[in-house]
Amino acid sequence: MMSGWMMGGSTGAQRDEEVFGSVYDPRVVRRMLGYIKPYRKELTIAVLAMFVFTATITAVPWIIKIAIDDFIAVGNLAGLWWVVGAFMGIAIINWAANYVQQIAMERVGQGLLYGLRRDMFAHLQKQSVSFFDRTEAGRLISRVIGDVGQMQEMTSIVVMTLADFVSLVFIVGAVLALDLRLGLISMATLPVLAVVVIVWQPFAKREFLKVRRAISIVNADLNENMSGVRVVQAMNRQEANLSRFEGRNRDHLRSNLVAGRLSAGLLPSVDILTGVAMGLVVFFGSRMVSGGAIEVGALIAYVLYIQRFFDPVRSLTMQYTQLQRSMTSGARIFDLLDAAPAMVDAPGAPALPPIKGRVEFKNVGFSYNPGVDVLTGVSFIAQPGETVAVVGPSGAGKTTMVSLLSRFADVEEGRGGIKVDGYDLRDVTRASLVTQMSMVLQEPFLFSGSVRDNIKFNHPDVSDEQMVKAADAVGAHDFISKLPDGYDTEVAELGVNLSLGQRQLVSFARAIVSEPRILILDEATASVDSETELKIQRALGVVLQGRTAIVIAHRLSTVRDADRILVMDGGCLVEEGDHDTLLAADERYAQLHRANRLLEG
Amino acid sequence: MNVALRITRAMLRYRLLVIAVYAATLAATAAQLLLPKFLGSAIDKLSQATGENGLDEGAILTIAIWLVVLSVLRGVFSYGQTYLGESISQRVAYDLRNVFYDKVQNQSFSFHDRHHTGNLMSRAVTDVENVRFFIFMGLLRAPFFLIQFVAVAVILLLLDWRLGLLSVLLMPIVISLSLRMRAQMRALWQRIQEQMADLSTVLQENLTGVRVIRAFGAEKHEEAKFDVVNREVAAVNVRATGLRTQSIAVTVFGFMVTMVAIIGYGGFLVIRGEMTPGELAQFIFFMQILMMPVRMVGWIINTVARGLAAGQRMYEILDAPSAVTQKPGAADIGRVRGRVRFESVSFGYGQRSRALSDIDLDVQPGQVVALMGAPGSGKSTLVGLIPRFYDVSSGRVTIDGTGIREASLHSLRRNIGIVQQDIFLFSATLGENIAYGRMDATIQEVEKAATLARLGDFIGGLEAGLATPVAERGASLSGGQRQRVAIARTLLLDPPLLILDDSTSSVDTETEEHLQRALETVMEGRTTFVIAHRLSTVHRADLIVVLDNGRIVERGNHAELLAANGAYKRIYDLQLRPRDRASSVGAPGGQGARGPKTGPVPGHPAPGGPVPGSRAEESSPPDGLGDGIEPGKLGGAPA
Repeated sequence: MMSGWMMGGSTGAQRDEEVFGSVYDPRVVRRMLGYIKPYRKELTIAVLAMFVFTATITAVPWIIKIAIDDFIAVGNLAGLWWVVGAFMGIAIINWAANYVQQIAMERVGQGLLYGLRRDMFAHLQKQSVSFFDRTEAGRLISRVIGDVGQMQEMTSIVVMTLADFVSLVFIVGAVLALDLRLGLISMATLPVLAVVVIVWQPFAKREFLKVRRAISIVNADLNENMSGVRVVQAMNRQEANLSRFEGRNRDHLRSNLVAGRLSAGLLPSVDILTGVAMGLVVFFGSRMVSGGAIEVGALIAYVLYIQRFFDPVRSLTMQYTQLQRSMTSGARIFDLLDAAPAMVDAPGAPALPPIKGRVEFKNVGFSYNPGVDVLTGVSFIAQPGETVAVVGPSGAGKTTMVSLLSRFADVEEGRGGIKVDGYDLRDVTRASLVTQMSMVLQEPFLFSGSVRDNIKFNHPDVSDEQMVKAADAVGAHDFISKLPDGYDTEVAELGVNLSLGQRQLVSFARAIVSEPRILILDEATASVDSETELKIQRALGVVLQGRTAIVIAHRLSTVRDADRILVMDGGCLVEEGDHDTLLAADERYAQLHRANRLLEG
Repeated sequence: MNVALRITRAMLRYRLLVIAVYAATLAATAAQLLLPKFLGSAIDKLSQATGENGLDEGAILTIAIWLVVLSVLRGVFSYGQTYLGESISQRVAYDLRNVFYDKVQNQSFSFHDRHHTGNLMSRAVTDVENVRFFIFMGLLRAPFFLIQFVAVAVILLLLDWRLGLLSVLLMPIVISLSLRMRAQMRALWQRIQEQMADLSTVLQENLTGVRVIRAFGAEKHEEAKFDVVNREVAAVNVRATGLRTQSIAVTVFGFMVTMVAIIGYGGFLVIRGEMTPGELAQFIFFMQILMMPVRMVGWIINTVARGLAAGQRMYEILDAPSAVTQKPGAADIGRVRGRVRFESVSFGYGQRSRALSDIDLDVQPGQVVALMGAPGSGKSTLVGLIPRFYDVSSGRVTIDGTGIREASLHSLRRNIGIVQQDIFLFSATLGENIAYGRMDATIQEVEKAATLARLGDFIGGLEAGLATPVAERGASLSGGQRQRVAIARTLLLDPPLLILDDSTSSVDTETEEHLQRALETVMEGRTTFVIAHRLSTVHRADLIVVLDNGRIVERGNHAELLAANGAYKRIYDLQLRPRDRASSVGAPGGQGARGPKTGPVPGHPAPGGPVPGSRAEESSPPDGLGDGIEPGKLGGAPA
């Protein structure tokens, strides 16, 4: 049954493939050249070595010709040894050049990949947090790892293609130099091949693209079915899903067979054209030999050269899809690198000096999408050392508000401003601001590494005493010292040695270890067990002391002790005051308070 | 069974095609091997022609025509060989993917707990592709390189055994070098894999931990961390190439040297008159042909090794016994009434720790059971046993008196609706997601379910309504909306049994009310197991079961358990209990009836030391702070 509300067969994965399919994208190539620049020396060496390598390979038939015509045919044995010696020398040069070429080229290639990865990573650091909400982590990882990996293939193909091309030029030179007429005859089939390739190419482009689309649909289906396997089984969908998958898999098989016919077709044409060229050379060449225009050795050289004429075409057919894929990857990489970085410091912005912690929001408005305001006209002041609680329903803009304070995103010009100790956030460097602040989020997030690495995080200069003091303050020291390696215990595998609650305690220690002046808690106890919650509640006294704190809380009971409570709704600050004042006012806060109680009671 | 053998067997499903490929390859090889013969005889004709006899132009023309004809034949056959080979390998890959898909989607949850999607994907994508390549190169192509080599060797040895021996000597040297190189390469490949894994980890953590990094301004720190691994990856790759290059360069060099030997020794023989120029030419042309298989040796060895390793990994999954299987002759249990019994049930993952021990439960149709306990206490595992996502290690679970293992999996699961905490939505339309378990549902039914789940307003506000596509995993919906979609899709199933996780972590007060109503609708008239986080749910429950470390430590209703003053009471005080004493006595207005202050209000310093709320004195000593806050936080808990 296909009703209007069904999408049919398509899946999201298609979007990734777009309409790419060209094997040469000048935009991609130009950008790549930029990354190769620092390796000019290696590249020069590689290219020179490649020329030497190709030249020595091309020289082989010529040497054979000399050996046969000038020495073997006339019975000059002593001369033959000289030729053999020279041949041996060429073989050694060839070997060395081959070696140097490959290594130098790999250096260039790896340098390119290194640069791409480095820049992509650095670029991602400049993106706003909302960018990561929009873009799935898996997709970004496949850009930085997968697509860059494809570029590796590309560099080696480009080099091989280049070498093929150079060798074609050398060979053409050689056959023409040997004898102009026979040279032209031997090349007679080249234009035919050019036509074949030109006709073949658009078909190949289309069919290979279809194959990649088909496989990405197959893989997307697989991926989704595995990630959602719990629902699939709970809903008894296995049979239906299998038959849908089989259909997609079959589509892929079909398009593969069509593409297979195309790719299998080019090589035989090369074989046939080689044969024709060989026939022509043998026929005309023999007459020229008997006419004395050339010698037998030259004819042998021609036959050897002809077989190598078509090497570039052979590589092309073998590498075609790979090249297509690499260009698509390249385009995706540069798309990512071209995504405008959201967080850039104003040019010449000074560093924020050490702060006291006065926070001022002045008429702040914000929207992620134009026209849809998440915040409107928010103004408040938090004095140094004050604890300000923020409450309100979801979507009220609480998290957005603290995100702006941490400069996860910037307030646009003309939409108010945020000041810390009188400095507008946009006028100072972001780094100098956020290193004086800390945040604890709802979900504890630890990095792989030791507990020590995690608490010190980006303040490796913090002393062990300070670290232990911070851990102790939040009640984490006890359990950490009981871990097998204490502070050196690895926290890599989620849930293996640390519980969720313990992880949150480590996050708390991380937040205060650098003695930040401003601390933000975004529902920091919402996801921990009751025991940890109790510990954290106890620790809050120490943690909040002496700092400006902005605390978003879900449970109204946890915000009562704040110096001030901000009530938000629909992106606006609707009430402000302490608990008793707000209850007495009997407005929004009092309503929320009652609703909360109703639900809990 | 041996992996190579199994792959071969999978390929032999296409026996006729395989025979055709081999025939085509043989024919193409034969055509190719005849070329040097004709070329050689042309050279001989030419050498003889230099004497008093003129050139036999007719013979030369015949040879030229033969060259063309043989090349055409070779082209046609090699087309067949390539296309058919591709066709077979693709068909086998198609089969493998289907089998893999079905195997994995029917595996028990404990399998999926162990295998991450990424891991399974790499087997389904990369490993299948490597196996396919193994079939194409290793099984269909490689044998003919061998035949080609042997044929050339025999021809050359027959032509002149001394020169022949010199020419074929190269092959064994290349092979043994390649094998030795491979052993070294393997260790290096391992290094590369490890380095790449490290790189991914740093990247992955950087992306998922983006909020932490931004909040701490740790971007530079992260870049430095990434740079270390990034550099290492590049360096290891360069080293690997160095090794690979050695083997390639040596092959080409060996080839050149062989050519030198042929020219030297062959030329010597020709000058001595022991060999004709044509024969020497044949040697040269055959060497040209030989170059291909020699060059391919290293590659083939790699392909085979990689293909076999991939096959091993793939068959590991295909052979993994499913922990949950349907008994032969299992019956369709139809629609059950919904009485669920756990009879001294225990469950453990593999050999290690018990996740559940000695669970006894008897739930009557229509009852609501609330499960409580710390994370990891076994709540999810317990409910997972009912639809047989896991199978008990000992004891048994019955529904309406029938052991669930006697029922067919399909009919068992049809009776159970599940709303999981982590809602998974598929990239399809909203409507398709709601109808996921019942593809035959009419649009009216879907709409009704959506309305009951309180999605009506939301869907009504969407331009495309039910036809709105849900972005990847429902990223375009809020937590509450996703949860309600899951409720709608369960409602549509109309199951007599219901399992739900009423987690509220991502939903707040107002949405929660919405959700609460939706949940109540779905629970009506069904036996319900609920992993409870909310007091309202617990209140409603006919039976509350408190789990600790996989054991039931308490059971009863709310009042009974409060009176028991045990584990439930502790959780209640900490998590569920209204913090405001007034609310527990139900006084409206709250304010006036408040109990002891939960700590001093700003501006009203309380005796007993400063409290986090009061920042009047920044330098107040931290001593006693913990004590000062405690009574406040536990505000008014009965002693």
